[in-house]
Amino acid sequence: MSAKTLRIAGVTRSFPGQRGGAPTLALQPTDLAVGPGEFVAILGPSGCGKSTLLRIVAGLDRPTAGQVMLDGAPVAAPGPDRGMVFQSYTLFPWLTVEGNIRYGLRERGLPEAQQAEVAARFIARTGLRGFENHWPRQLSGGMQQRTALARALANDPEILLLDEPFGALDHQTRELMQELLLEIWEADRKTVLFVTHDIDEAIFLANRVLVMSARPGRVKAEVPVPLPYPRDWTMKTTPEFGALKARLMGEIREEVRKAIAAAG
Amino acid sequence: MEPLKPVSPGARIALGAGFFAVFIAAWGVATYGGWVPPLFLASPGKTLLAGWSLLTEFGFLGDIAVTIWRVVGGFLIAAAVAVPLGLLMGAFKPIEAFFEPFLSFARYLPASAFIPLLILWAGVGEAQKLSVIVIGSVFQLVIMVAGVAGATRPDLVEAARTLGSGRLAILRRVVIPAAAPQIAETLRLVLGWAWTYVIVAELIGATSGIGHMIMDSQRLLDTGQMIFGIAVIGIIGLVTDLLFKAVNRRLFPWAVL
Ligand SMILES: Nc1ncnc2c1ncn2[C@@H]1O[C@H](COP(=O)(O)OP(=O)(O)OP(=O)(O)O)[C@@H](O)[C@H]1O
Ligand SMILES: [Mg+2]
Repeated sequence: MSAKTLRIAGVTRSFPGQRGGAPTLALQPTDLAVGPGEFVAILGPSGCGKSTLLRIVAGLDRPTAGQVMLDGAPVAAPGPDRGMVFQSYTLFPWLTVEGNIRYGLRERGLPEAQQAEVAARFIARTGLRGFENHWPRQLSGGMQQRTALARALANDPEILLLDEPFGALDHQTRELMQELLLEIWEADRKTVLFVTHDIDEAIFLANRVLVMSARPGRVKAEVPVPLPYPRDWTMKTTPEFGALKARLMGEIREEVRKAIAAAG
Repeated sequence: MEPLKPVSPGARIALGAGFFAVFIAAWGVATYGGWVPPLFLASPGKTLLAGWSLLTEFGFLGDIAVTIWRVVGGFLIAAAVAVPLGLLMGAFKPIEAFFEPFLSFARYLPASAFIPLLILWAGVGEAQKLSVIVIGSVFQLVIMVAGVAGATRPDLVEAARTLGSGRLAILRRVVIPAAAPQIAETLRLVLGWAWTYVIVAELIGATSGIGHMIMDSQRLLDTGQMIFGIAVIGIIGLVTDLLFKAVNRRLFPWAVL
């Protein structure tokens, strides 16, 4: 499938208040356009509405106002054209690694042989060979998220929505996972929307970084990352990387401080 | 002993058998030691002898078969109604809202209180016995299955939706497999209750079955036979429980039961 253009127009989300309290405004009117093959990272403090935005794009949540459009067609419900990897572990515990990766293929009615072939390809690409028949509970966190990534990719979505997929992993595993994702993206050039609160991760992966403000969230800054692909880990030590990091840290510190002040 | 530390399989069996030994020893002391008059409580040896004559002379095996047939029949009818209905209620909240209040009322109706009414409706035949078991277990079972199905992790449902699953696919490919191990556990539990109901049904207006034999033995003041009958129920229960557990473990290797 060819990549499509994602357009987010005036998307707003407020949640009704608990026990008669005031409603929570999670997302201020947000506009965003993501072109085919772009890798956009969304950076923001905890609770600023990153997951909310991604869930709305996925069709799992409805905006209070505004619209999400994919190549001009409004998005109303989840669909296999938008693959998602969640912040929490969401593998189906009753399916093996291979069964999980095949889930969407089976749902599309692909013949068995073809399912097996596609699954084998993504098992190889995500480095899961030898674990095909393991149950999710037998896997480490990193392997679970790799399986979740393979499950989303096997479905050949036009847009990949990644909600802090490596957020629960330790630093070393996380860096390996970033390289793995980058390698896959450099080969496929799918449109990716990647939520994170890790500045290094955002710069290393994305060609554009959006910084969100503290809640209620809005896009407060947009920083292009003009570093060439293919990238590898040595890039993290270059002066260009350092300069981008310094700039993003400045933007984000302010928001985190606001978020903490609002909470306290 | 450490809190929550698992015990090895061998030690588990030894400990479990150990209490049986303690129990039978205490029973032996009470009866052989003359602490309890034989009229009220037969000794272990007398009970075994009574059991032997029941099996060889009085066709007790036939009674056992009839009782098992009733339990399994009633239980299967209840499960055939309760599992699909419970799944639908758990998955679709309007269906739950429709049935739940009535079921919460019906689950408190004691099955044994229905026996006189059921004899009036269905006579003293098999239909009445099965009805007691069905009434006793179906309402509980529906409510428990609905609870299990309703507790399906919403994030798994969402993941399935992003992978292209529609409503029915979510029921078939997420809710049912997610709930299956717990439903099997629930069935195991309710099968135990079905045994209680069948005996109650057989104590009144029955001409066969373990419960009927126990009633007959009471007339003859034969405590050995009565105790043997009760013990047989316990043994059958223990065996089915172990079988059920083994089958569940085999069917759901992914679950940590
Ligand atoms: N279902 C809901 N009901 C009520 N409030 C909600 C709901 N979901 C999210 N919120 C609120 O909306 C705000 C944004 O939540 P969201 O999960 O999008 O944050 P986030 O940026 O993803 O945070 P994190 O980095 O911690 O994952 C939070 O204040 C949260 O409390
Ligand atoms: Mg989040």
